[in-house]
Amino acid sequence: MSEFKNYTVNFGPQHPAAHGVLRLVLELDGETVVRADPHVGLLHRGTEKLAESKPFNQSIGYMDRLDYVSMMCNEHAYVMAIEKLLGITPPKRAEYIRVMFAEITRILNHLMWLASNALDLGGMSVFLYAFREREDLMDCYEAASGARMHAAYFRPGGVYRDLPAQMPQYQPSPFRSQKACDKINTNRQGGLLDFIEDFTKRFPKCIDEYETLLTDNRIWKQRTVGIGAVTQERALALGLTGPMLRSTGYAWDLRKKQPYSVYSELDFKVPVGSAGDCYDRYVVRMAEMRESNKIITQCIKWLKENPGEVMLPDHKITPPKREAMKAEMESLIHHFKLFTEGYCVPEGEVYVATEHPKGEFGVYLISDGANKPYRLKVRPPDFAHLSAMNELIKGHMLADVPALIATLDIVFGDIDR
Amino acid sequence: MTLNDLQQVLSTPEFTKAVLHTVIAQDEMTLVIQADALLEVAKKLHDDFQFEQLVDLAGVDYSTFGDSEWDTTHATSTGFSRGVDASHLKTHVGSRFAVAYQLLSYTHNMRLRLKVFLDDEWPEVESVTPIWPGANWFEREAFDLFGILFRNHPDLRRILTDYGFIGHPFRKDFPLIGNVEMRYDATLNRVVYEGVEIEPRTLVPRVIRHDNRYKEQES
Repeated sequence: MSEFKNYTVNFGPQHPAAHGVLRLVLELDGETVVRADPHVGLLHRGTEKLAESKPFNQSIGYMDRLDYVSMMCNEHAYVMAIEKLLGITPPKRAEYIRVMFAEITRILNHLMWLASNALDLGGMSVFLYAFREREDLMDCYEAASGARMHAAYFRPGGVYRDLPAQMPQYQPSPFRSQKACDKINTNRQGGLLDFIEDFTKRFPKCIDEYETLLTDNRIWKQRTVGIGAVTQERALALGLTGPMLRSTGYAWDLRKKQPYSVYSELDFKVPVGSAGDCYDRYVVRMAEMRESNKIITQCIKWLKENPGEVMLPDHKITPPKREAMKAEMESLIHHFKLFTEGYCVPEGEVYVATEHPKGEFGVYLISDGANKPYRLKVRPPDFAHLSAMNELIKGHMLADVPALIATLDIVFGDIDR
Repeated sequence: MTLNDLQQVLSTPEFTKAVLHTVIAQDEMTLVIQADALLEVAKKLHDDFQFEQLVDLAGVDYSTFGDSEWDTTHATSTGFSRGVDASHLKTHVGSRFAVAYQLLSYTHNMRLRLKVFLDDEWPEVESVTPIWPGANWFEREAFDLFGILFRNHPDLRRILTDYGFIGHPFRKDFPLIGNVEMRYDATLNRVVYEGVEIEPRTLVPRVIRHDNRYKEQES
């Protein structure tokens, strides 16, 4: 009789279920995973080193490209770190806009996760539904910042500009008739806030649709229940945060526990799971989308009632208005200095943590008083999650690997940086 | 528990010999501790003060800390060249390498930063993986990018850079554009590595302005 030995399988980096460029070396005993050794770094661009060579503001765009499915949440942490060192607080309206977009981003991220998770486990239709809603949210991004994804919308001292009073509309073209345009423009008659409000009214029904397809689905449960389970103690020790930690039953949410921005004024719940497995993570994230929807509704209400400035008038840090720059010498000087040299940030070090859709996203910023960061360290939540993968997958089958990778919610933009 | 309470607790004799100094700034507390006492202090913080999680671990290279590439104090009496000759730069004194540990206590809802300064030639420190297993990849990252060695680390391999990469890219003396570039050579039918062709350049010089607005905060 021949002797069977463990063998190794190379998974990725060009694998559709690898969520990017993950190379996984799996040691298998039959179909059981004995050891998983993720090789990361294939997308390493040295963002932190690049940031050291640029004035503070020029790195905001790099933050979008870290976790490229939750762009504005990355910006939020970076911008807050600069503001903390500078000792400035943005206007309240800017804070509300930031929180609203942070929650829109959370929905964007969770939709992307849901879509790919379902697709990995064979649910094609959820993918299509989720992308339908993502499209509307992308339009919100575009209307506010001018870019569908890499917004660079949050700036130290506020946000780049106020929300547009008119939502952009579809124009007729050879591919789309006037009648078709009118139909899709019906909820775009008002401003951006009206459009988002309409979205928040529609969205809970959409979540119901996804849940109808998945939550009680027998196949879905067979693929996710009991897979990659982790206990609460182990989750803390391994550095798991966000939905990964909450799925074990620990109601830890930085938005509640260490509130930043205006989260302390908003009403929302922290959904938790109990088993800490793939299914509970799914349930937690679905519930989080509903909570985010609630937060957005509250933000819209506040923003509609409270017009005002969205950027600090301190022109040592924020650019002056374009018209002022053309007319006043002082503004011209400020503008010139700001865009050629930037602003100097006082010496010191801060660590700012935010509740990113994936977990705790932290920015550790050291400044030596220059116009560029001395050292910028980004703490990506999914880096810690992926590092725990070996422990979570041990003893499961090869077919469970995509299920686990998907619920870890990994994106290589911020794992590799 | 507040930061001041924690500072009180940490002023017990067993801590004072390991802690070099404590800084509280921007509502954050930093403990600078002796590198050889790291494991002991970390264990105490974990067991007795419930710092259950190591959130982040960052290597830092302090070798060019405080260096300015642009002269801001002297007027342009010699023309418009304000660039500073790089050979004169060496503002920073003290250890070159540091490791910063961000700890989080879920029980007390509190953060704490530990910092150790390491030897310039042979930066080596004890690994904290026995206390916080989550430190594993973060230590690999600091090793890869800064060349900081972690004693008793279970698996100290490079993590972010390419297989066979030479050097530690986040050190300040490693050029931003790198040392080698890679391309596919059609005649050799394989990928070849060559020295970089592009010249490094600075678009915006590094400027340190001693801004009076922040004077009070600093003192």
